[in-house]
This record gives sequence, structure tokens and C-alpha cells, in this order.
Amino acid sequence: MSKQSPENWSSKIGVILAVTGSAVGLGNFLRFPGLAAKYDGGAFMIPYFIALLLIGLPLAWAEWAMGRYGGTRGFHSAPGIFRVLWKNPAAPYLGVLGLIVPVVIYMYYVFIESWCLGYAWHYLTGALDLGRDPEAYKTFFGNYVGIGADASIFSNIFGAPLIFLVICIALNFILINRGLTRGIELFCLWAMPALAVCAVLVLIRVLTLGTPDPSKPELNVLNGLGQMWNLDAGNKSLWEQLANGKMWMEAAGQIFFSLSVGFGVIITYASYMRRNDDIALSSTTAVAGNEFFEVSLGGMITVPAAFVFLGAAGAVGGTFALGFNTLPLVFDQMPLGQLVGFLWFFLLFLAAITSSISMLQPAIAFLQEGLGLNRGRAVALLCGVGTLGTLLIVWFSKDLAAMDTLDFWVGTFCIYLLACAQTLIFGWIFGTKRGLEELGRGADIRIPRLFAFVIKYISPVYLLIVFVVWAWQDVGSRLDDFSESAAVRWSLIFLIGVFVLFLWWIRIAVKRWRAQEARS
Amino acid sequence: MTLAGWIVMLLSVGGTTAFFFWCIRRVLRPPGSTGKIHGVLDTELEIEEEERKRRREGRGS
Repeated sequence: MSKQSPENWSSKIGVILAVTGSAVGLGNFLRFPGLAAKYDGGAFMIPYFIALLLIGLPLAWAEWAMGRYGGTRGFHSAPGIFRVLWKNPAAPYLGVLGLIVPVVIYMYYVFIESWCLGYAWHYLTGALDLGRDPEAYKTFFGNYVGIGADASIFSNIFGAPLIFLVICIALNFILINRGLTRGIELFCLWAMPALAVCAVLVLIRVLTLGTPDPSKPELNVLNGLGQMWNLDAGNKSLWEQLANGKMWMEAAGQIFFSLSVGFGVIITYASYMRRNDDIALSSTTAVAGNEFFEVSLGGMITVPAAFVFLGAAGAVGGTFALGFNTLPLVFDQMPLGQLVGFLWFFLLFLAAITSSISMLQPAIAFLQEGLGLNRGRAVALLCGVGTLGTLLIVWFSKDLAAMDTLDFWVGTFCIYLLACAQTLIFGWIFGTKRGLEELGRGADIRIPRLFAFVIKYISPVYLLIVFVVWAWQDVGSRLDDFSESAAVRWSLIFLIGVFVLFLWWIRIAVKRWRAQEARS
Repeated sequence: MTLAGWIVMLLSVGGTTAFFFWCIRRVLRPPGSTGKIHGVLDTELEIEEEERKRRREGRGS
């Protein structure tokens, strides 16, 4: 139970924008369109929407309900909330995942965020006008992030990559230090509409491109939209495409990561809701907002823009390749391309920073309620730990090995674990009856009763299948990397160190909470 | 762009946009214009609690 003064969101729209901002990130604008294009356009949407209904929405509702339940009992972090929900000595220690996941993801996410801000600045100053040679953009990106050699960014202390990184770290900690309402909520109240405006402006530019090269009439906007949405873009029938198991896994993964369920953030944000506040409509709106940014905006911009200038081959790619190599090449060939490039990377920066500040709040809440630190000290301590991790990632920049390692073990593996744990706690320990009662209190909409069945039986099974298949495919090769790469070794040693540190802090917190409970 | 592509796009983009704006409209509705829903479950739980209390009191007397 916290002795801190109780913090609450100041408005309903504020909390919705904060949660939506946490969920909307680079994945909405780059990963989702890349996946849809990879899996032959529109067929991808079938497993995508099924996963939204069976994993995304139920887990979001469960997290909001558990978070508010814990929050009204004085806890705002996963260890405290799990301890309230599950009367088992192991419960608060399981909550370590709800701290580690957001904090470690923040460590590399802030680096990516700084690339977006840096690219936006370079577009504004005209430094990213590199002509029509694809290699020029690859080289620029490689040099910017230090992909060629470890620590290469540090060769110029006053270079743009480090300056923008320092700006982003400072911005994050200044905002988080201002608190929940004056920092996170106020920032999201203007950043999310600004993000939507930037996205709509870029969308209008893309949809009005027509046929930019008359000598290639097939490369037009309509065919670009077809590349994204046609059911048979890859000359396969719909049924052949739906028989592809990997597409179902990736669709479930996209929904899961895009909505930030299993991140440890929603449970903390929801804990600042008042007892009789609506959470049913707020959680549904946050999910709907994320889907709007992902499907309605992300799905209409990236692939059509890349197709119109580069053809079908240019519209497929990973998140970084599509975002930082392909699209700058596209902007170069587009009328008003420098302005669109600025808007695009500024919107990615806004999407990234509204996510990264949310990743800090769970640990700040824990340091305050668990160790009794005031907000300033909690922010300073987390700033130290977070910056140390970011420096490790920036140092081991060759092939982005450290970032890739932490993204795999924390940004994927631990998220699955946390989501499975949360689903089981909600469905089988806290109980769907109490869960529905919590969701129903003060609700502005009615959550379907079928939700209880889905979250208890369907979601855990779906999640476990996705997790086991994914682990079967990928974990073995990752373990081999440990002996082959110093960057992987140091990243994992650092990760274990952070785990131990947080477990130790949880131990102290549990002792403090027990002592407080004994006194009262 | 094929007819099926148009249908998928309109359903996906139109559906998510309509869903989002429906939610936003509900959120921005002035307070008091909609009654808070206290689900049947609330009532059920309250009834159960009452029954438990009554049973305890019955045993006590």
C-alpha cells in the first residue's frame, strides 16, 4: 500500500490518449504494413482481426480491470498489484516482468526514437536530400546508427546521433518527472492529435500521387492500394494463403505487440483510475485508437507510397529497412518530398516518445511505492539505470546486435511470459466473475459476457500455442549466439544484472509492505 | 486493385475508423447524458453477499 499522495488522471480523454499513445509506435506505421505486404495483402487481415478479438481486446480489458483493482487498493506497479490479486508469496516476484519489460524496452526504444527525431531534423534542414541511389540511404542509415562497427557513434561526441539521443533521454525524463497529469497526460493531449494531423497530411499526399512516372503506368496509387489490400496479390488463392500457419502466428504477434498488452504499462496506467471511473469504454477506445492508427493510417500510407515509386519489391521489408532506407528514397522522388519526409519522421518520433514515456511509469511507480522514494529520486535512479542500458546498446551497435538481443529476450520472450501470467491470473486466480464486476463498475458500455469464456479458455490456449511455436522456431538459434558474439554475451549479462537488481528491490518492497500491513 | 481488394480495404479501414469514432463519440458525450452501467453481475454479487450475511446472522442467533 502506497503512502504517496494518490495520483489520478485528470480527464477520461487524457487517460485514453495516454494509453493509445503508449500503444501507437513504429510498429503501427512500419511493421504492420510490412507484414501485410509480405503475406499477400488482404488475406493477412483475417487472422489479424481474429487475433484482435481473441487476444487483443480480452487481454486489454483484463489488464485494465486488474490495474484499477490494484490501484484502488493503493498499488500502481505489477509486483504490488499481483500481490493484491494473488495471495501467494511468489506473486510480487512474478511482477518483476511488469517492471523489466518496459524498462529494458525503453533502453533501446529511446535510441530508435532519437533516429526519428534526427531524421526529422535532417529533412527540415535539407541534409537528407541524397538523390535516387538506394545505397546512399543505406549508407546514411548505417553510419547514423553505427551499424558498421561497435562504438563507432562515439567517434564523434558532438555528432548528430549522440546529440539527438541526449535530447530524447532528457525529454523523456523531464516529462516523466513532471508526473502523471502534468507530464504524461498533458504531453499526450497535444502529441496524439499532432501525430494524427501529421499522419493525415502524409496520407493525403500519398493518395494524391496518381501515376508519378507516366512511362510506368502500372505504378499508380490504385495498384499500390491493391498491393496492400488485394486478397490474391501473390497469385495464391485465399484458402492457400489462410493455410499458412506462420501468417497466423505473425498476425497474433502483431496484434499482441501493437496493443502493448503484456507490457506492464496498461496495468500501471489503469491503476490511476478512480474506483467508479469507467474503464470498459476507455479500454475499448484505446484499442480502437490503436487500430485506427495502424489499419486506417499505417495501412494506407507505407505500402502504397513504396509501391508507386519502387514497385512490388520495394513495398516489402522489415521495420528499419522500410522506414529508414525505402521511404527516404520514396520521399526523394515525391513532389514536396522533403516536407513529407519531415512530417513522416516527426510523426514517428511522436509515436515513439508517447510510447517511451509510458515505459518509465511502471518502474517509477514501483520505486515510489516499494522503496518509499519521492518522485524526483525515483526518476533519478531510473534515469541512471536506463541510461546505462542505452549506452550499452549504443556501444554494441555493430549489426545492432545488443538491441536485437534485448528485443528478442525482453521485447518478445518476456512479453509472452508476462501476457500468459496476466491471462492466467485474471482468468483462473482473480476470477472472471470478479473481473467482470470490476469492468462493469462505472462502465459506460457493457462488456459481452462471452469475454469471461474467451479470457479463461481461448486466450491462454491461443497465447500458449503462439508462444510455444515461436519458441520452438527461434530460441535454439538465439542460444547459439551467446557463445559467438561478445555483444550478445554482454547484453545478456546486463539483462541478468537488471533482473537481479529488480528482484532485490521487490524483496525490500515486500518487507516494507508487510511491515506497513502489520502496523495497520 | 481488384473488387475483393476494395471490399477488404473498405471493411478494414472503414470498420476500424467507424469503431474508433463511435468510441470517441461515446467518450465525449457530456457527463450525465448516459447512465452508468452497473452490470447484472454487480447485483448478483450483492445478492450473494446479502445471503452470506443472512446465513451468518442466522447461525449466530
